[in-house]
Amino acid sequence: MDNVLTYIVSGYNYWAALILIMIGMYGMIAKNNLLKKVIGMSIFQSAIILFYISISYKSNASIPIIAHGHGVADHTAIDPNLYVNPLPHVLMLTAIVVGVATLGVALAVLQKIYRVHGTIEEDEILESIKE
Amino acid sequence: MIAAQTPILILLAPLFSGILITIFAQKSKNVAFFLLILGMVGSFSAACNVLLQVLQGSGPIHYRLGDWPPPFGIELVIDHLSGMVLFMVSGAALLTAIYSKHTVEVEIPDRIHHYYTLYTLLVSGLLGMVATGDVFNLYVLLEISALSSYALLARGRGLAYIATFKYIIIGTIGASFYLLGVGYLYIKTGTLNMADLSTMLATPEMHQSPSIKIGFIFIILGIWIKMAFFPLQGWLPNAYSCASTTTSCLIAPLMTKVSVYIMIRLMFSVFSADYIFKTLQWQQFMVWMACIAIVVGSVSALAQRNLKRMLCYIVVAEVGYMVGGVWLANSNGFSGAVYHIMSDVMMTLCLFMAVGAVIYKTGETSLEAMRGIFRRMPITAAAFLVGGFSIIGIPPTCGFFSKWYLITGAIETGQFHFVIALLFSSLINAILFFRIIEIGFFSPFDENGHGTHQVIVVNEAPAMMLVPMVISAASLIIIGLYTRFLMSNIVQWTIPVGL
Repeated sequence: MDNVLTYIVSGYNYWAALILIMIGMYGMIAKNNLLKKVIGMSIFQSAIILFYISISYKSNASIPIIAHGHGVADHTAIDPNLYVNPLPHVLMLTAIVVGVATLGVALAVLQKIYRVHGTIEEDEILESIKE
Repeated sequence: MIAAQTPILILLAPLFSGILITIFAQKSKNVAFFLLILGMVGSFSAACNVLLQVLQGSGPIHYRLGDWPPPFGIELVIDHLSGMVLFMVSGAALLTAIYSKHTVEVEIPDRIHHYYTLYTLLVSGLLGMVATGDVFNLYVLLEISALSSYALLARGRGLAYIATFKYIIIGTIGASFYLLGVGYLYIKTGTLNMADLSTMLATPEMHQSPSIKIGFIFIILGIWIKMAFFPLQGWLPNAYSCASTTTSCLIAPLMTKVSVYIMIRLMFSVFSADYIFKTLQWQQFMVWMACIAIVVGSVSALAQRNLKRMLCYIVVAEVGYMVGGVWLANSNGFSGAVYHIMSDVMMTLCLFMAVGAVIYKTGETSLEAMRGIFRRMPITAAAFLVGGFSIIGIPPTCGFFSKWYLITGAIETGQFHFVIALLFSSLINAILFFRIIEIGFFSPFDENGHGTHQVIVVNEAPAMMLVPMVISAASLIIIGLYTRFLMSNIVQWTIPVGL
């Protein structure tokens, strides 16, 4: 029991991302309302962003800005353990932009669906297609 | 000076023409069309130039963006494989751009400049995916092309919106899986550059690591969703068949083929043939899946009464050919798959263009639209026949030679079920196309049932549509006739180490 707890606690950020991914997948697969599917998609993308951000963390490290680094003549070697990894943050800035764009396109298409079919419930749309 | 910059010009030419179209072409359709053609010609000539450089020079071209050295900065890597795919993608995009003049005016009457801007963004995204040497950059370009393809597909008719919505949800899951897989690789190696990744992943500890395996599974699943590989193909037929003619001419040949290219690139340039075929050992299972994809695609195509939907299911079957060829794990299967990427771009382009011309002239989308086609639209019908023969695999069209290599590869590894699936698909395709030929020749043209002996006026599509169609049809025969040349000069160089 103790081992299991340590196992879960040691990687709690991965568990959180996993649970969020599962919630997002559930929303996309099981929900009947198309807007809820879009929300599930957004949760799914955010979970991956959190996953990336969490892997850049180091204990007892500070933000990746080198104090007095600029213009100092003697370039002493920088200890990477003192700073969190900035690269995943930068990558996720791009991923956030992509996520916002996807959300925008999905909502625009959803609006068109509502205008054409008069509803955003999937089963009602399928009914109206069959007729 | 400019020669050193040609690799980036391949992507920048369409991107900038897109920006110019948004700014300057709001009033005039002709300006928009002119700028589109300008961008596509620029991109195509840069791609030709780069391909020639690769063929003459020694080794791949590395282009550093902003002159940052590779493990830290992004680089474009153009070798024989990516040079060839860049050439095909930019060529197909140029042909479709010329073709689009009339169809777009009919099908998308308002805001043509927005449509053309999305067109250029999609093309630059696809070209970027092919050229890049960085796995995260690939994700961004994948999403650029996916987002513009969602917007393009939504501007269709009928059920286009609901079909596009499904594609958005499924496509986003695919891209996110890819991103998640890249995250696993990044945790284990700390790098995103493909060449750097492949050296780090080459150690025995990495080969045994479960994280790398999970990362590979996520990445490959994401790409399979994007390429509509069975059983993840559900979104493709609806989304592509409801789209407007130009959109389906552009997206159907290119999107799936670029995804296949990316699968090959990641399997052999990031991971290695050693890892894929010796450590994972999925090849038996994967070839079976490819067989099922081929059979399901072909049989579903047979059940369709709508021309475009029929072609969409053929695309699903063709994806099975290429995936199966790659996973045969020998050099003949691999060269068959690479050669098939090249020929399949042109085959599907030719068929979609011919069908688009028929729909443009008759307004019908069912198989009955082909009635009297050989007398009404002789050139379109001839192009359609060449495309159909190539899909069936009749020499001297290129479809025969790709099947030849795939079957040789399958026999060498003893995977006879793949041979059977390929032959079965050829048979089904023969039935499909000869059924259409029968409708074209023998079905009475008008509703009263006595069209055969009355005068039928030749009513051919405009020249702007015919020229690209004839070029793509001719290229099928040319690629077929020059198979030996292409094999020894391009395809042979793409075969990865360890096959």
